[in-house]
Amino acid sequence: MKEELSVVGKGVPKIDGILKVTGKAVYGADFSLPGMLYGKILRSTVPHAKILNIDTSKALQLPGVRAIITGKDFPWGLKYGFTAITRDQTPLAQDKVRYIGDEVAAVAAIDEDTAEEALDLIKVEYEELPAVFDPLEAMKEGAPQLHDHVENNISAEQHLATGDVERGFQESDHVREDEFNTQAIKHGFLEPHASVGLWDPSGKATLWGDKQSPYIVYRKLAMALGLPQSKVRVIQTYVGAGFGSARSDPFALDFCSLMLSKKTGKPVKFVYTMEDVLVMGEMRHPYYLRTKTGITKDGYLKAIQVYALADGGAYSTIGPVSIALPAFFIDIPYRVPSIKYDGYRVFTNKGFCGSLRGHCIAQMRWALGQHLDMVCNDLGLDIAEVSMKNALHPGDQTPSGYKITSCAFTECVEKASEASGWKEKKGKLPPFRGIGMGTSSFITGVKLSGHNSASCIVKMNEDGTASVVTGATDIGQGSSTIIAQIVAEVLGLHIEDILINSGVDTDFTPIDPGTYGSRVSFYSGNAAKIAAEDAKQQLAEVASRIFETSPDEVMFKDRKVFPKGSPDKGWKLDALVRHTQHKMGKESKSIIGRGSYDSGVDFIDFKTGKGNISPAYTFAADVVELEVDQETGKITILNAVGAHDIGKALNPILCAGQLDGAWIQAEGQIFFEELLRDKKDGHVLNPSFMDYKMPTAMDIPLKNKHIFVESIDPDGPFGAKEVGEGASVAIFPAIGNAIFDAIGVRIPDLPITPEKVLKAIKKKSQEG
Amino acid sequence: MKELMRFNINGVTYEEEIDHRRTLLEVLRENLGLLGTHKGCDEGQCGACTVLIDGKAVNSCLVLAASAQGKEITTIEGLAQGEVLHPIQQAFVEAGAIQCGFCTPGMIMAANAFLEKNSNPSEEGVKRAISGNLCRCTGYFQIIEAIMKAAEKMRKEV
Repeated sequence: MKEELSVVGKGVPKIDGILKVTGKAVYGADFSLPGMLYGKILRSTVPHAKILNIDTSKALQLPGVRAIITGKDFPWGLKYGFTAITRDQTPLAQDKVRYIGDEVAAVAAIDEDTAEEALDLIKVEYEELPAVFDPLEAMKEGAPQLHDHVENNISAEQHLATGDVERGFQESDHVREDEFNTQAIKHGFLEPHASVGLWDPSGKATLWGDKQSPYIVYRKLAMALGLPQSKVRVIQTYVGAGFGSARSDPFALDFCSLMLSKKTGKPVKFVYTMEDVLVMGEMRHPYYLRTKTGITKDGYLKAIQVYALADGGAYSTIGPVSIALPAFFIDIPYRVPSIKYDGYRVFTNKGFCGSLRGHCIAQMRWALGQHLDMVCNDLGLDIAEVSMKNALHPGDQTPSGYKITSCAFTECVEKASEASGWKEKKGKLPPFRGIGMGTSSFITGVKLSGHNSASCIVKMNEDGTASVVTGATDIGQGSSTIIAQIVAEVLGLHIEDILINSGVDTDFTPIDPGTYGSRVSFYSGNAAKIAAEDAKQQLAEVASRIFETSPDEVMFKDRKVFPKGSPDKGWKLDALVRHTQHKMGKESKSIIGRGSYDSGVDFIDFKTGKGNISPAYTFAADVVELEVDQETGKITILNAVGAHDIGKALNPILCAGQLDGAWIQAEGQIFFEELLRDKKDGHVLNPSFMDYKMPTAMDIPLKNKHIFVESIDPDGPFGAKEVGEGASVAIFPAIGNAIFDAIGVRIPDLPITPEKVLKAIKKKSQEG
Repeated sequence: MKELMRFNINGVTYEEEIDHRRTLLEVLRENLGLLGTHKGCDEGQCGACTVLIDGKAVNSCLVLAASAQGKEITTIEGLAQGEVLHPIQQAFVEAGAIQCGFCTPGMIMAANAFLEKNSNPSEEGVKRAISGNLCRCTGYFQIIEAIMKAAEKMRKEV
């Protein structure tokens, strides 16, 4: 018998909603300590140079300035990074600067204005070096070299081959090859980075900051400050959104607030300006993608080959992952017998790139999702039918070795088709109206390397409430609410009975990888479920003695505990907790449930690409209908429908919010967002929201509809898989394909500005 | 140069020596501890710092504090009556109109100014009213839904 859920699956309001609507949530810049100083960062004004000398003497004489630090104040040569081979960043530049915006020095003063003034008095002597801004140029022999140990500026490369692509293309009835380009965009969170550092006399370095993955910050701080981890503590404030590694990594302000605190004996606070945020790393990798697809005339995919070139900017960050992920995702959501991928991430003298919602998968799907449409159009096939013909199914193992467990991809395509009127509309819309389909599959908890497990503690309180301590970081996506729902469900409590830590404190919360790779609901959610079940089991054992029944016959519902079948004979849960605490003689105890979870799937082998990259996979099919204004080139989305296999919607309101947000963020990149750069020195030309435009409420589709397809994953907490990230991917090709349907021209390079649309229409009409 | 300034904020009178160059946003946050008004872009583009001056929604980062003297200023802290949320706040909580919450106070203040003058708004009107407030998380749909719901509730309460 299927048990009815009381809290999970319901659209309960966010657990921190009241604090957020009343302005009481404390974000990075809201945090203060008594006696604080204020810090500012000096950035490089040249794209590539040796630092010959930094003269801080004049700045130090400015009244109110308390300390100035440069690269020399940090352990010399101690670099931080994602892996041993990619450690190429230092808190402040030591020998060289590598882009306009690279951090050179930092000031602590009695107020921000004084610190700012002091920056103008610091004299940096550079020996300028030739710089390179185009990844193709940077790869050439003799190009300026950014890092001494890296030849041809190849920051990372990934190669993958399954089956035999050459034979696949031979066996295909149709093969074509095309090129696509994507641009650099920013995460676009509204809260600039902020942190407060305190290096206390005991030698402990404590950082308060708006961090998405505090344990990553904690490890890297320890790495570059040369401290044992026990001497570093990171306390997370509320976070004004994340969307990727721009919130997961430590930056100059974090290292400098601590080092300046050490120098001055005072807490030091840094709040970046939006200009800082837009100039510095991280941002989304621009990609050049050349794709070759082979398909039979009845619509079976035979082979896909991709050449990828990613512009990585000045530093590695998680570059090896960034260039590998597109390769690993060709395997899903279709059965593709033969795949070949060659990808290169290249250093250039620009701000560095990292992960951003749909990390390098959005770029890949932009290309592959349109390419599928192109080969279908060539052969007169329907992309919806071809999608279903090639779809992965439960029980499949892909050529790379991914084990497909829950999978409702076919149903997604069917439901998106139905709800959008696909069959009635595809190819039948009037001129300048178009409909397009895009598909995708995403991982749930990327299994690449390093730390993956999550843990949780559930403490029962004597008033019958439960306190949950999780290592998961809620950056707005709602993990605290989801985890509270899971715990409430297991213990038969109401959502308002759950107390949960509002932030991570690396000294006291269970160690957790952080918010990335679409892992939080699955990993931290499972850990919370196990911890709640542990608490429940302990309580059930006590209750079983009282009720003279077996522990598994003890029911928990509606704040009550009772023997199965006799809800009237029960105890209130709070009474049972107190009984356990006080009245069991030597066996009296507080109930503390513990839970840890790791999916146990193997790490993927980067060399061969073999393995199982995730414990579960989500699937999506999006259909977009739009209208193109032939006079202005403006595109209006009339209707957007997405069918998403997310396993189980743990909270439908939060899930819908994730899907909405993912779409509109993607729309920004598709239609107008772009970080523009000067061609001569690579500096950012639009480091302001005045010129870096993001979608407003006026830019959203006229209608949208989400369909949750609940495939109930066998390993997910209550069947759930990821929801927030995969949803940002399929919309890319869906819009691209709809535009082609509307105007009959393919626009392969993002963003699709009205100017490009007009040009395409004009070219098409000239060609007749 | 500092001068004695007097502000009426959420019905409370504040008196402080303030540098005449400071913006209202800076004074709210740094002098008066009203941290619910957020600093995002600090140049009038994101709307996270929206407050009401004499009932009109403004970007407080673009208002010199000195010029706000003698006016009625309302910030997010002035909206709820103790633990009773304003209908817009309540609707935001219920409709899921909050993710990271950084834009939320400004968004609510913009919605408040709008609904005071438009008790029966269209969705299009709501979109326009919040078009100066960026939100990167929600995609706006649930925010618009919340404002429509709040409008309905406020009509019933009148």
